[in-house]
Amino acid sequence: MTVSLVSYLLLAAMLFGIGLFGALTKRNAIVVLFCIELMLNAVNINLVAFAKYGVNANITGQVFSLFTITVAAAEVAVGLAILIALYRNRATVNVDEYDTMKR
Amino acid sequence: MSGEFIAFFVLAICIFAGAVFMLFMNNVVHMVFSIAFTFLSIAGIYVLLQAEFVAVVQVIVYTGAISILAVFGIMLTRHDGKEEEKKRSGHTIFALLVVVAFIGLIIWSVQGAPWGDHAADYDQMQNTKEIGKALFTQYVIPFELTSVLLLVALVGSIILAKEEDKSE
Repeated sequence: MTVSLVSYLLLAAMLFGIGLFGALTKRNAIVVLFCIELMLNAVNINLVAFAKYGVNANITGQVFSLFTITVAAAEVAVGLAILIALYRNRATVNVDEYDTMKR
Repeated sequence: MSGEFIAFFVLAICIFAGAVFMLFMNNVVHMVFSIAFTFLSIAGIYVLLQAEFVAVVQVIVYTGAISILAVFGIMLTRHDGKEEEKKRSGHTIFALLVVVAFIGLIIWSVQGAPWGDHAADYDQMQNTKEIGKALFTQYVIPFELTSVLLLVALVGSIILAKEEDKSE
Protein backbone atom coordinates (compact mmCIF):
# COMPACT_ATOMS: atom_id res chain seq x y z
CA MET A 1 0.00 0.00 0.00
CA THR A 2 1.63 3.20 -1.12
CA VAL A 3 0.66 6.84 -0.95
CA SER A 4 -0.49 8.23 -4.29
CA LEU A 5 -1.11 11.74 -5.57
CA VAL A 6 -4.84 11.32 -4.93
CA SER A 7 -4.28 10.81 -1.19
CA TYR A 8 -2.42 14.10 -0.92
CA LEU A 9 -5.05 15.90 -2.98
CA LEU A 10 -7.86 14.55 -0.78
CA LEU A 11 -5.97 15.52 2.38
CA ALA A 12 -5.56 19.05 1.02
CA ALA A 13 -9.22 19.22 -0.04
CA MET A 14 -10.43 18.25 3.43
CA LEU A 15 -8.06 20.72 5.09
CA PHE A 16 -9.37 23.41 2.74
CA GLY A 17 -12.92 22.44 3.69
CA ILE A 18 -12.19 22.73 7.42
CA GLY A 19 -10.62 26.14 6.83
CA LEU A 20 -13.59 27.27 4.72
CA PHE A 21 -16.06 26.12 7.38
CA GLY A 22 -14.16 28.01 10.08
CA ALA A 23 -13.90 31.16 7.97
CA LEU A 24 -17.66 31.06 7.34
CA THR A 25 -18.82 30.35 10.90
CA LYS A 26 -16.32 31.77 13.40
CA ARG A 27 -16.95 35.17 14.96
CA ASN A 28 -13.48 36.06 16.21
CA ALA A 29 -11.66 37.91 13.42
CA ILE A 30 -8.25 36.48 14.38
CA VAL A 31 -9.60 32.94 14.13
CA VAL A 32 -11.10 33.77 10.73
CA LEU A 33 -7.67 35.01 9.62
CA PHE A 34 -6.15 31.71 10.74
CA CYS A 35 -8.75 29.66 8.95
CA ILE A 36 -7.69 31.52 5.79
CA GLU A 37 -4.10 30.50 6.59
CA LEU A 38 -5.29 26.89 6.83
CA MET A 39 -6.78 27.18 3.33
CA LEU A 40 -3.50 28.61 1.99
CA ASN A 41 -1.67 25.67 3.58
CA ALA A 42 -3.96 23.24 1.81
CA VAL A 43 -3.04 24.90 -1.49
CA ASN A 44 0.66 24.56 -0.60
CA ILE A 45 0.24 20.83 0.02
CA ASN A 46 -1.27 20.57 -3.48
CA LEU A 47 1.64 22.48 -5.03
CA VAL A 48 4.30 20.35 -3.35
CA ALA A 49 2.40 17.12 -4.14
CA PHE A 50 2.27 18.08 -7.83
CA ALA A 51 6.00 18.92 -7.68
CA LYS A 52 6.58 15.25 -6.88
CA TYR A 53 3.77 13.34 -8.57
CA GLY A 54 2.52 15.67 -11.30
CA VAL A 55 2.62 14.95 -15.02
CA ASN A 56 5.37 17.54 -15.49
CA ALA A 57 6.96 17.10 -12.08
CA ASN A 58 9.82 19.47 -11.36
CA ILE A 59 11.12 21.84 -8.70
CA THR A 60 8.87 24.74 -9.83
CA GLY A 61 6.05 23.59 -7.55
CA GLN A 62 8.25 23.91 -4.50
CA VAL A 63 9.48 27.35 -5.60
CA PHE A 64 5.88 28.46 -6.10
CA SER A 65 4.89 27.22 -2.65
CA LEU A 66 7.76 29.26 -1.17
CA PHE A 67 6.33 32.36 -2.85
CA THR A 68 2.88 31.49 -1.48
CA ILE A 69 4.29 31.18 2.05
CA THR A 70 5.94 34.59 1.70
CA VAL A 71 2.77 36.27 0.50
CA ALA A 72 0.75 34.54 3.26
CA ALA A 73 3.15 35.87 5.88
CA ALA A 74 2.80 39.40 4.50
CA GLU A 75 -0.98 38.93 4.45
CA VAL A 76 -1.08 37.92 8.12
CA ALA A 77 1.04 40.91 9.13
CA VAL A 78 -1.16 43.38 7.26
CA GLY A 79 -4.34 41.61 8.40
CA LEU A 80 -3.39 41.79 12.06
CA ALA A 81 -2.43 45.46 11.68
CA ILE A 82 -5.86 46.17 10.18
CA LEU A 83 -7.47 44.20 13.03
CA ILE A 84 -5.63 46.24 15.67
CA ALA A 85 -6.65 49.48 13.97
CA LEU A 86 -10.27 48.23 13.81
CA TYR A 87 -10.15 47.18 17.46
CA ARG A 88 -8.98 50.64 18.43
CA ASN A 89 -11.98 52.21 16.70
CA ARG A 90 -14.74 49.70 17.48
CA ALA A 91 -13.46 47.92 20.64
CA THR A 92 -14.50 44.47 19.35
CA VAL A 93 -12.98 41.62 17.35
CA ASN A 94 -16.26 39.97 16.36
CA VAL A 95 -16.69 40.05 12.60
CA ASP A 96 -20.49 40.35 12.79
CA GLU A 97 -20.17 43.65 14.66
CA TYR A 98 -18.15 45.25 11.86
CA ASP A 99 -21.34 46.32 10.09
CA THR A 100 -20.91 50.05 9.48
CA MET A 101 -21.49 49.69 5.74
CA LYS A 102 -24.65 47.62 6.32
CA ARG A 103 -26.44 50.24 8.45
CA MET B 1 1.68 -1.26 4.49
CA SER B 2 4.83 0.67 3.78
CA GLY B 3 6.49 3.07 6.18
CA GLU B 4 5.52 5.95 3.92
CA PHE B 5 1.86 5.00 4.22
CA ILE B 6 2.00 4.79 8.01
CA ALA B 7 3.76 8.16 8.23
CA PHE B 8 1.20 9.74 5.89
CA PHE B 9 -1.66 8.28 7.93
CA VAL B 10 -0.31 9.51 11.27
CA LEU B 11 0.47 12.97 9.88
CA ALA B 12 -2.98 13.25 8.30
CA ILE B 13 -4.59 12.35 11.65
CA CYS B 14 -2.46 15.01 13.38
CA ILE B 15 -3.42 17.63 10.77
CA PHE B 16 -7.15 16.93 11.06
CA ALA B 17 -7.02 16.73 14.87
CA GLY B 18 -5.30 20.11 15.08
CA ALA B 19 -7.67 21.73 12.60
CA VAL B 20 -10.85 20.30 14.15
CA PHE B 21 -9.74 21.15 17.70
CA MET B 22 -9.08 24.67 16.47
CA LEU B 23 -12.69 24.92 15.33
CA PHE B 24 -14.26 23.59 18.51
CA MET B 25 -12.13 24.97 21.31
CA ASN B 26 -13.42 27.84 23.39
CA ASN B 27 -10.18 29.43 24.49
CA VAL B 28 -8.53 31.45 21.72
CA VAL B 29 -4.98 30.76 22.96
CA HIS B 30 -5.65 27.00 22.83
CA MET B 31 -6.85 27.52 19.26
CA VAL B 32 -3.50 29.04 18.33
CA PHE B 33 -1.63 26.11 19.89
CA SER B 34 -3.67 23.55 17.99
CA ILE B 35 -3.27 25.37 14.68
CA ALA B 36 0.50 25.55 15.30
CA PHE B 37 0.39 21.76 15.73
CA THR B 38 -1.42 21.50 12.39
CA PHE B 39 1.24 23.63 10.69
CA LEU B 40 3.98 21.43 12.18
CA SER B 41 2.29 18.28 10.88
CA ILE B 42 2.03 19.87 7.42
CA ALA B 43 5.81 20.32 7.55
CA GLY B 44 6.02 16.54 8.08
CA ILE B 45 3.91 16.04 4.95
CA TYR B 46 6.44 18.16 3.01
CA VAL B 47 9.30 15.97 4.26
CA LEU B 48 7.32 12.96 3.03
CA LEU B 49 7.08 14.66 -0.38
CA GLN B 50 10.88 15.17 -0.48
CA ALA B 51 10.56 18.94 -0.12
CA GLU B 52 12.87 19.43 2.86
CA PHE B 53 13.55 23.10 2.27
CA VAL B 54 9.84 23.94 2.08
CA ALA B 55 9.32 21.93 5.29
CA VAL B 56 11.94 23.95 7.16
CA VAL B 57 10.49 27.21 5.82
CA GLN B 58 7.05 26.03 6.95
CA VAL B 59 8.33 25.41 10.49
CA ILE B 60 10.10 28.78 10.65
CA VAL B 61 7.39 30.92 9.06
CA TYR B 62 4.15 29.22 10.11
CA THR B 63 4.78 27.44 13.42
CA GLY B 64 7.24 30.10 14.48
CA ALA B 65 6.44 33.54 13.19
CA ILE B 66 2.75 33.43 12.31
CA SER B 67 1.69 31.64 15.53
CA ILE B 68 3.59 34.18 17.65
CA LEU B 69 1.99 36.98 15.61
CA ALA B 70 -1.42 35.43 16.38
CA VAL B 71 -0.68 35.39 20.11
CA PHE B 72 0.32 39.05 19.85
CA GLY B 73 -2.90 39.85 18.01
CA ILE B 74 -4.98 38.12 20.69
CA MET B 75 -3.15 39.79 23.56
CA LEU B 76 -3.47 43.22 21.98
CA THR B 77 -7.18 42.94 21.26
CA ARG B 78 -9.01 41.03 24.00
CA HIS B 79 -7.75 40.02 27.38
CA ASP B 80 -10.31 37.46 28.49
CA GLY B 81 -9.29 35.26 25.53
CA LYS B 82 -12.67 33.55 25.39
CA GLU B 83 -14.93 33.24 22.41
CA GLU B 84 -18.58 33.32 23.37
CA GLU B 85 -20.77 31.78 20.72
CA LYS B 86 -24.01 33.32 19.68
CA LYS B 87 -26.40 30.60 18.57
CA ARG B 88 -26.78 30.79 14.82
CA SER B 89 -27.60 27.20 13.93
CA GLY B 90 -29.20 28.04 10.55
CA HIS B 91 -26.07 29.85 9.45
CA THR B 92 -23.82 27.00 10.65
CA ILE B 93 -25.88 24.34 8.88
CA PHE B 94 -25.84 26.35 5.65
CA ALA B 95 -22.04 26.76 5.88
CA LEU B 96 -21.66 23.04 6.56
CA LEU B 97 -23.77 22.21 3.51
CA VAL B 98 -21.70 24.51 1.30
CA VAL B 99 -18.43 23.01 2.57
CA VAL B 100 -19.64 19.40 2.18
CA ALA B 101 -20.83 20.12 -1.36
CA PHE B 102 -17.49 21.75 -2.18
CA ILE B 103 -15.44 18.83 -0.80
CA GLY B 104 -17.70 16.37 -2.59
CA LEU B 105 -17.15 18.21 -5.87
CA ILE B 106 -13.37 18.14 -5.37
CA ILE B 107 -13.34 14.43 -4.44
CA TRP B 108 -15.48 13.60 -7.45
CA SER B 109 -13.23 15.49 -9.87
CA VAL B 110 -9.96 14.26 -8.30
CA GLN B 111 -11.05 10.63 -8.45
CA GLY B 112 -12.13 10.96 -12.08
CA ALA B 113 -9.03 12.66 -13.46
CA PRO B 114 -6.29 10.62 -15.18
CA TRP B 115 -3.23 11.56 -13.13
CA GLY B 116 -0.91 8.91 -14.48
CA ASP B 117 1.72 7.30 -12.30
CA HIS B 118 4.76 9.55 -12.35
CA ALA B 119 6.98 10.25 -9.40
CA ALA B 120 9.89 12.63 -9.67
CA ASP B 121 12.77 11.36 -7.58
CA TYR B 122 14.59 14.26 -5.97
CA ASP B 123 18.06 13.83 -4.58
CA GLN B 124 17.69 14.11 -0.82
CA MET B 125 20.93 16.07 -0.41
CA GLN B 126 20.39 18.50 -3.32
CA ASN B 127 16.96 19.95 -2.56
CA THR B 128 18.13 23.35 -1.31
CA LYS B 129 20.65 23.61 -4.14
CA GLU B 130 18.00 22.86 -6.77
CA ILE B 131 15.61 25.44 -5.27
CA GLY B 132 18.40 28.01 -5.14
CA LYS B 133 19.29 27.40 -8.77
CA ALA B 134 15.68 27.78 -9.90
CA LEU B 135 15.09 30.81 -7.69
CA PHE B 136 18.15 32.76 -8.79
CA THR B 137 18.06 31.98 -12.51
CA GLN B 138 14.57 31.38 -13.82
CA TYR B 139 12.61 33.13 -11.06
CA VAL B 140 14.97 35.95 -10.14
CA ILE B 141 12.49 38.73 -11.06
CA PRO B 142 9.61 37.31 -8.95
CA PHE B 143 12.15 36.82 -6.15
CA GLU B 144 13.16 40.48 -6.23
CA LEU B 145 9.53 41.59 -6.49
CA THR B 146 8.80 39.53 -3.37
CA SER B 147 11.34 41.57 -1.45
CA VAL B 148 9.56 44.75 -2.54
CA LEU B 149 6.24 43.20 -1.45
CA LEU B 150 7.64 42.34 1.99
CA LEU B 151 8.98 45.88 2.39
CA VAL B 152 5.60 47.36 1.45
CA ALA B 153 3.80 44.99 3.86
CA LEU B 154 6.22 45.90 6.66
CA VAL B 155 5.83 49.65 6.21
CA GLY B 156 2.07 49.36 5.61
CA SER B 157 1.40 47.30 8.73
CA ILE B 158 3.44 49.68 10.89
CA ILE B 159 1.48 52.65 9.56
CA LEU B 160 -1.86 50.86 10.00
CA ALA B 161 -1.18 49.70 13.55
CA LYS B 162 0.37 52.97 14.68
CA GLU B 163 -1.58 55.20 17.06
CA GLU B 164 -3.25 57.90 15.04
CA ASP B 165 -2.13 61.48 15.47
CA LYS B 166 -4.28 63.10 18.15
CA SER B 167 -3.62 66.69 17.02
CA GLU B 168 -5.64 66.37 13.81
